[in-house]
Amino acid sequence: MTHFRRYIPVIAVAIGVIILQVVLSGTHSTYYMTQITMSAYYALVVIGLCLLMGYAGQISLGHAGFFAIGGYTTAVLTTFNLMEYRDTPLVSLCQSLGLVAQRQDIYGADILAFSPWPAFAVAILLTAIIAFMIGLPVIRLKGHYMAMASLGFGLIIYRIVLGGRIFGQADGISNVPPFKIIAGLEVNGRAAFRIESYYIAWFVVLAAMTLAINLVHSRVGRALRSIHENEEAAHSLGVNTYRYKLLVFVLSALFAAVGGVLLTHYNGSIGPSEVTVMKSVRYLVIVAVGGMANLWGALFMGVLLNFLSLRGVFGSYDDAVFAIILIAIMLLAPQGLLRLPKLRAVTSLLSRRANG
Amino acid sequence: MGNALLETKGLHRFFGGLHAVNDVSIAVSQGAIKGVIGPNGAGKTTLFNLIAGTIQPHNGEVIFRDKKITALKPHAVACRGIARTFQTTKLFSNMTVLENVMMGRHCRTRCGFISGMLNLPRTWREDKQTKEKALSILEDIGLKEHALETASNLPFGRQRLVEFARALAMEPELLLLDEPAAGLNIYETKELAKLILWIRDRGVTCLVVEHDMSLVMAICDDVVVLDQGRKIAEGPPRTVQQNPEVIRIYLGDSDA
Amino acid sequence: MNLPQVVQYCFAGITVGSIYAIVAIGFNIIYNTTGIINFAQGEFLIVGAMLAISFNHFVPLPVAVFLAVVLTTIIGGLVEIVFIRQVRNASVLRLIVITIGISILMREAMLHIWDEKVRSLPYFTGTGVSTVTILGAHISPQVLWVLGVSAIIVMGLTPFFRFTLTGRAMRACADDRMAARLCGINDRWMVTLSFMLSAGIGALAGCVISPITQTQYDMGASLAIKGFTVAILGGLGNSMAAVAAGLMLGLVEAFVMSQYDVAYKEAVSIVILLLILVFRPSGLFGKREIAAMRAL
Repeated sequence: MTHFRRYIPVIAVAIGVIILQVVLSGTHSTYYMTQITMSAYYALVVIGLCLLMGYAGQISLGHAGFFAIGGYTTAVLTTFNLMEYRDTPLVSLCQSLGLVAQRQDIYGADILAFSPWPAFAVAILLTAIIAFMIGLPVIRLKGHYMAMASLGFGLIIYRIVLGGRIFGQADGISNVPPFKIIAGLEVNGRAAFRIESYYIAWFVVLAAMTLAINLVHSRVGRALRSIHENEEAAHSLGVNTYRYKLLVFVLSALFAAVGGVLLTHYNGSIGPSEVTVMKSVRYLVIVAVGGMANLWGALFMGVLLNFLSLRGVFGSYDDAVFAIILIAIMLLAPQGLLRLPKLRAVTSLLSRRANG
Repeated sequence: MGNALLETKGLHRFFGGLHAVNDVSIAVSQGAIKGVIGPNGAGKTTLFNLIAGTIQPHNGEVIFRDKKITALKPHAVACRGIARTFQTTKLFSNMTVLENVMMGRHCRTRCGFISGMLNLPRTWREDKQTKEKALSILEDIGLKEHALETASNLPFGRQRLVEFARALAMEPELLLLDEPAAGLNIYETKELAKLILWIRDRGVTCLVVEHDMSLVMAICDDVVVLDQGRKIAEGPPRTVQQNPEVIRIYLGDSDA
Repeated sequence: MNLPQVVQYCFAGITVGSIYAIVAIGFNIIYNTTGIINFAQGEFLIVGAMLAISFNHFVPLPVAVFLAVVLTTIIGGLVEIVFIRQVRNASVLRLIVITIGISILMREAMLHIWDEKVRSLPYFTGTGVSTVTILGAHISPQVLWVLGVSAIIVMGLTPFFRFTLTGRAMRACADDRMAARLCGINDRWMVTLSFMLSAGIGALAGCVISPITQTQYDMGASLAIKGFTVAILGGLGNSMAAVAAGLMLGLVEAFVMSQYDVAYKEAVSIVILLLILVFRPSGLFGKREIAAMRAL
């Protein structure tokens, strides 16, 4: 069926993921899975950013901010001890609804805090609202004004989490509990859960990719590409360019927030280092290297570069490496590494799928 | 010919100190091909932009099918049934010819973000229809064999045709053509004339800005002449051509 | 607050504000010639100061500053030649992204060459504790240096752009590059020159402010943001307005710092930036009908 041919790469990657897991388990190197899992969650941000930059043609230098909104919201909600408010009507209502539950923290003390699922829902909702409100004025701006505005947004979020006591200031928030998705399945950073978390992460990533691929192949995806190609013409054909750009902005923010929530539960913590300008630049570099409008390229590069970075391959030159890659790509291959003529044969299959 | 499909009433538009469009009132009858001519800087493209919603008039109204559309944004104007082509071809260069024309179907289709992301069956039906309609227009225009080529790879004249096809895909009632013959040679211009007549026969009213007098004389039912923002003459082409005022200001018209 | 305190804060405000203005002028020079926002602008200040600090170990202060300015100017030119010039049919956005990369590279290079320690140039006249009394407030003489140098830069640039051939050629490139080229202006060299000029005045500003604010390898980014805010506030491309806007921002920051927590000082410029971008991207002194600011 022509409608499902686009999923062939999804299946291929899924198979690859399974094979990788088997290989790693077999060679007793499952510790690599930790970084791969983390890279997968970071890749969620990249997928969203790819839709925004590659397809809708908008730039965001502050996407780490949305990651942080997701991550910090869930961190605060699941660690803030409501024990002393236990008898207030609001809290007891939440408790009876199951939103708030009692659990033991790592020191064995009893605390009362939100469960991960309600926290997740709040994080997503909050991100959507903030992204919508930020997007309303910012989407109107052109080119470097939007770049600056998004940079400013990222900086404000950074200042807020760095300065706010409830956010743990420079230390961030730790002791974030694992995320019990359903009975028996949880996002947990501990070694025993490595394989489980690995598969959960990849499941989420592939689900996100499926949604993104579907969008790109759809009427909306075509409209987005037309906006990127020639906004005035798209406008004259009936495309409400402002609305579409705003919706893609919010959508990409949501992707980032989901990544933030899950990674926070996986790591058990989050800190201001997740919201720096460098982080936002990294996401941008990855999208640029993968090929602005190439979802698979962005995913591949996202996992690869983040994995290498997390493993410390770049050493103290981490930031410099990303900067060099950024400049090199912009100078030499602005359409992305995977579009270079030599590699075209290899990737033409994938890119034809991705671009319909 | 029926009643006025499109009317502008007393349109005014300033750019700083320049009175680009000065009290312009025109009426376009259903089924007509109306020409807009005038020397460079007369305000023709500004007039188009005012009708299409790209810019707002400082005074006056634009009325389409008896409804005011003055304040509408371009995408809303497009969905009301007004299509336009541009002076410089604005194709989606990196998309295929087919995709370009499919974009023309945008305002006639509905599936949005959610159904798109979830790949719902109703998108399959809609996309199939979109594709078929686009292909049929390409066939009518004679570009079917180029359907899967990247738009920027086509020669200039063919790119123009793709832009027409894309506009036609909107199934518009009114088509605004901004200097469609610009850059075309005599042969291509003759083909263009045939094309515009064919478009009219499909029931599309046309408003054409043009410098090429041979084209204007050949196809326009009537003509409006602008100079420095003002309307100075209106009527059948032959009459206008003999108008002494028009002759005075519009010396040096292009080929033909 | 009594008068001496107010005067104190005012001087603090206009001191740092004039530095922001210099950064903004640097932005404007490059923007006016090329349409690019040079994200690496802040780094030029820091590089200049760091170089001067290092040179100062071998040569007297004035020579060190002079050498630093010259070297930074050359670096600015090299940056343009090596990176910016290479980009073929560049969209402005791509160029901006490249300058982001350049800014990070420069910062990382400074980190590895000089390490993360905070340093500073010695005071140009006097020491860290010498003061001059104005209206009852005790002001460091370095403040007068900052104001003096800034004033000289601004007053020097105005006739440069208005009366010299080179300056006018640069303005021509800003207006219409193709037309400038047709007039025989070597537009590529003008672009290089704009980078060199921005780098040079940046380095000078960095040196003169170093004794007061100290210098650390990563201060460039914050300077760039504030400089950009000031440039936008005054209207991008308008350097006289940038001066006014810079002083305004400096004063607002000083006032905020006097009444509230120091941490909020950083937020001030970002909030102003966002407000301006949203409500009046043409700046306080810019013309309204700059429709190019808005997308469709």
